This record gives sequence, structure tokens and C-alpha cells, in this order.
Amino acid sequence: MEQQGMTNTIEIIQPGPLTTVQDAGRYGFQKYGIGPSGVMDLRAYEAANFLVGNMQGEAVLEATLMGPTIRFAQETIFALTGADMMPSLDGQSVPMNRALCAKAGQTLRLQMAVEGCRGYLAFAGGIDVPRVLGSRSTNLKCALGGFQGRKLAAGDILPLSDGMPGSESYLQELATRSVTAVPYPHEVTVRVIAGPQQDAFTRAGWRTFLHTPYQVSVNSDRMGCRLEGAVIEAKHGTDIISDGIVNGSIQVTAGGLPIILLADRQTTGGYAKIATVLSEDLPKLAQVRPGDVLRFTLCPKGFR
Amino acid sequence: MKGIRFLRAGDAAMVAELGDAIDESINHRVQLLSAWLEDNPPVGVKEVLPTFRSVTIFYDPQVTSFQRLGKSIRHARIDEALSDAGQGRLVEIPCCYGGTYGEDLPELARLKGLSEREIVSIHSQREYLVYMLGFLPGFVYLGGLDERIHAPRLETPRVRIPAGAVGIGGSQTGVYPLDSPGGWRLIGRTPLRMYDLQRAEPFLCQAGDRIRFVPIDEAEYRMMERQVAEGNQPSGYRMQQT
Repeated sequence: MEQQGMTNTIEIIQPGPLTTVQDAGRYGFQKYGIGPSGVMDLRAYEAANFLVGNMQGEAVLEATLMGPTIRFAQETIFALTGADMMPSLDGQSVPMNRALCAKAGQTLRLQMAVEGCRGYLAFAGGIDVPRVLGSRSTNLKCALGGFQGRKLAAGDILPLSDGMPGSESYLQELATRSVTAVPYPHEVTVRVIAGPQQDAFTRAGWRTFLHTPYQVSVNSDRMGCRLEGAVIEAKHGTDIISDGIVNGSIQVTAGGLPIILLADRQTTGGYAKIATVLSEDLPKLAQVRPGDVLRFTLCPKGFR
Repeated sequence: MKGIRFLRAGDAAMVAELGDAIDESINHRVQLLSAWLEDNPPVGVKEVLPTFRSVTIFYDPQVTSFQRLGKSIRHARIDEALSDAGQGRLVEIPCCYGGTYGEDLPELARLKGLSEREIVSIHSQREYLVYMLGFLPGFVYLGGLDERIHAPRLETPRVRIPAGAVGIGGSQTGVYPLDSPGGWRLIGRTPLRMYDLQRAEPFLCQAGDRIRFVPIDEAEYRMMERQVAEGNQPSGYRMQQT
């Protein structure tokens, strides 16, 4: 039964280790020191909004390694994309990558990701938290945006916008929408463009960077994918006068190990950046897990 | 604009580098270029991020390209068009020095062989250029601190420094925009908020502005703090276009 005039909500029963509200990011404020945040895996995020019939840009939940358990206050159309967290609705297993309908009072439970690292949960209508500086993304470092500027906790109640709930024919229409699940292998190769500070590194350093595998460190997070492996040789250290950082900048720290800066990156940094990951390959980095193996390849080949 | 190196920063951004030093005249050209990019954005430019000696330009690769953007910047008559613009504003930042507001001031005075009063006078005499913002929302990177009051950071950083704290770290001075950990030596505090989302203009300063610290006493601090809390601009506080 639909309760007219009442805001639909979801309640967080178990939050998982790091579940946040995110959208496509907060742009326009990097010059004031506020990074964009936003979803790590743009491809899975756009797929989730598409499946539930949202306009692109609506806010979703991003879960890391282990998904949340949530209860629906009213009938709600939702979809899950990205890492497969073995979803079940009131104990019945439900599929990923398609629109589903929960009834009022039903509980959706997500578990450990069997594949990949980040799962996305979109609701028809989107999550109705206020926009801060134009975006609903949670910026954990600045404690702004999203739900009270923080990761979700048990007992949080999130408002949803009206997503035409209760309409059987609407769900049938959405059922015609499909997205193809992509595999999340434990060894990935990402394409990079040399620069901006490619000249800060020796030929040997470049050889190391392109021809040895790196392991994803357990210290990786939304700020960056930290890597372990062979040290990249620089000509005269890797300190530079701080300059701008972009999504996918590969910084080489004083210790010679690369860090790929991602959604929660700082806006500027003082380490040389050997290369930058191609936009199209960034979603792969959102889905690698600690211990996975990463290789870099130059794009176009040999161009630096 | 001449004398620019264009560097690739992936497939959706580029860096326009105007020099390789922290230098006022290089940074002035950074401000000219970023002001031009914001006022007359070439098609496809999404966001502009000025730093010490370069501008990172975020663009939509579906609309423009590294080559095309570089060309339009190289051909733009930026120096001529903006030679008297882009000078920034002078922002006065009232600061209550010493006491509980700047608890490291006595130690700093001892370290530098100066009186507290001398340190305050040296610190508040100069105008400091805002080279760029970064690190935290509204955090200003200032240049031009007098060498007589350069001081190493604290060996043990503080876990929590209150928003508004004015400090010295190495050859830099600045204001903490938020409560945060930090290792700078605290010499005073401003009642102004460098960053306040409740304000129509959330950020007090922008790159290219100049800052001057104006000494105030505790009574003035309290009064201004109350005015700020009520959402008003404190009396005696000025911001001017130069």
C-alpha cells in the first residue's frame, strides 16, 4: 500500500565497512582545495542509474568489499551493479545488473564481494540528500556532502526521491533494460599516457614502471590505489613544486613506489607524476582488491 | 600567451606550465591565464586549477583536444588583454596574536631572539600573495614570509588545531581553515572563517589575492567572533579591489 505524501526512505541495518552516498562528483571547486570525490567506478554507476530509469547524475550507494543490509520503508525499484556482493531480498537470492522491486518492509542483504571491490546500489528516483556545492557526493576528508558528510552507520535513515513506485508496468518497462556484467580479474593491465613529469625518471625507471608487475597494497582506499613492487628510479628525486592532480595521476613518492590518485584525491601534490591512467581504464582500478596484480602499458605504444 | 609548456595529464586534462619556480611574476601569469580561461573558456574547458607555476585545465575530450586547446591558448592575447586585470584583491585578516590564541609565540620569540612584539610587527607588516589554495578547503599557500621569522615545524604535530589558527611552518605562514591536525607553530588566531559553507561566498580568499594580517586585541577578537557567528561581516574588516 502506498502511503501518499510520505517521503520514501531506506534504513541502514548494517552499514558494511565503507558505504557512502556518491554521484558523478563535485566539480568547480578544486581551485579552492575541494576535491571532486564521486563514484570510483563510473561505468558501474551509470549502469545502475540506467537500470532504475534515473537521469544520469543521481546519487547512489557505493559499498566497499562488503555491502550493507538495508530495509525499505515503501515499495522501491532498485538495481545492483559492480562487485557481486551476493544480494538477497528477505533471504531470497536476487540477481545483479537488472531492475528489481522491493516491497514495503523488505530487507536487502549484501555480503562480501565474491568478485571486484565496489558495489553500487541505485534506487529509482535517487537518494534525496541535499546537494552541497552542487553535488551529493560524500567528501570524507572535508566531511561534507552525502549523508552528513560521513560514511553510513547502522540506524541511518536516507530519504529517496519519488521514483514512480508501485507501477507494475513501469517495472516491466525497466525489465527490458540490461547491462552486461564485466569480469573483475585479479590481474589487470591499465593503459597510461606519459606525463606530466615523465622526464623526471631515468630510462631504467621507465623500464621498471612498464615491465614489472605491481601489487595492490592493503592501504589502498578511495583516495588512491597504493602499489607495492619495484622502485622506479628518478633522475633527481621526485619532489616537484606542487601542481594539480587529476583522476588517475600516477604519483611516484620519495620511496619510489607509485600511487594512483583516485576519487578522494587531494587537489594538488608535490610528487612527480610519471603518467596518467586513461579515463576508460579507471573503472578497472575501482574494482581491484588488495593483492591483485597491476601492469602498466603506454598508450599509444612507445609514446612518451 | 607565450612561454608556456603544455604537458599531458591523461586524456581529459592538461597542464599549462609557466615556469619552474615559486615566483611572484610567474604566479601572476598563472593568475592571468586562469582568469582568461574562466572568463573566455575555449569550447570544452570544464574546470581550471591554478597552482604555484602552472594551470591544470580539465576538458571534455569529446569536445576538444590537447592540441586544439594548446593552440587556442598560444594564440590568445592574454598578457595584453589582461595586463591590468587579475591583480587580485587585498584581504585584511584580523589576528589576535599570542596568549591563548597563539600559544607558540613565546617559544618562537625565544628561538628567534626577538621579542613577541617584534614578531607580531614583522608578521603583520607585509602583504602576502595567495599563490594557490589546496590541501584543505580554503587553505591558502602564501609567499613572502620574512626570513627573520622562518621557523621549523613542531617535532610533534598537534592532533587538533582550531579553525582560524594562524601559524608559521618553515618559510610559510597561513591560516588553518578547519579544525585539523598540524605541525605549524601557532602565533595567533583570526575570528574570520576562511571557509564557511553557510556563506554566499564560501571561500574568503582566492589565488591571486593578497593578504595582510591586522593585529587585534582579545576584546576585538571576541566582538568579531560574535559578529561572524551571527552571520555578519565584522566591523572594521575590509576587502578591497586593488
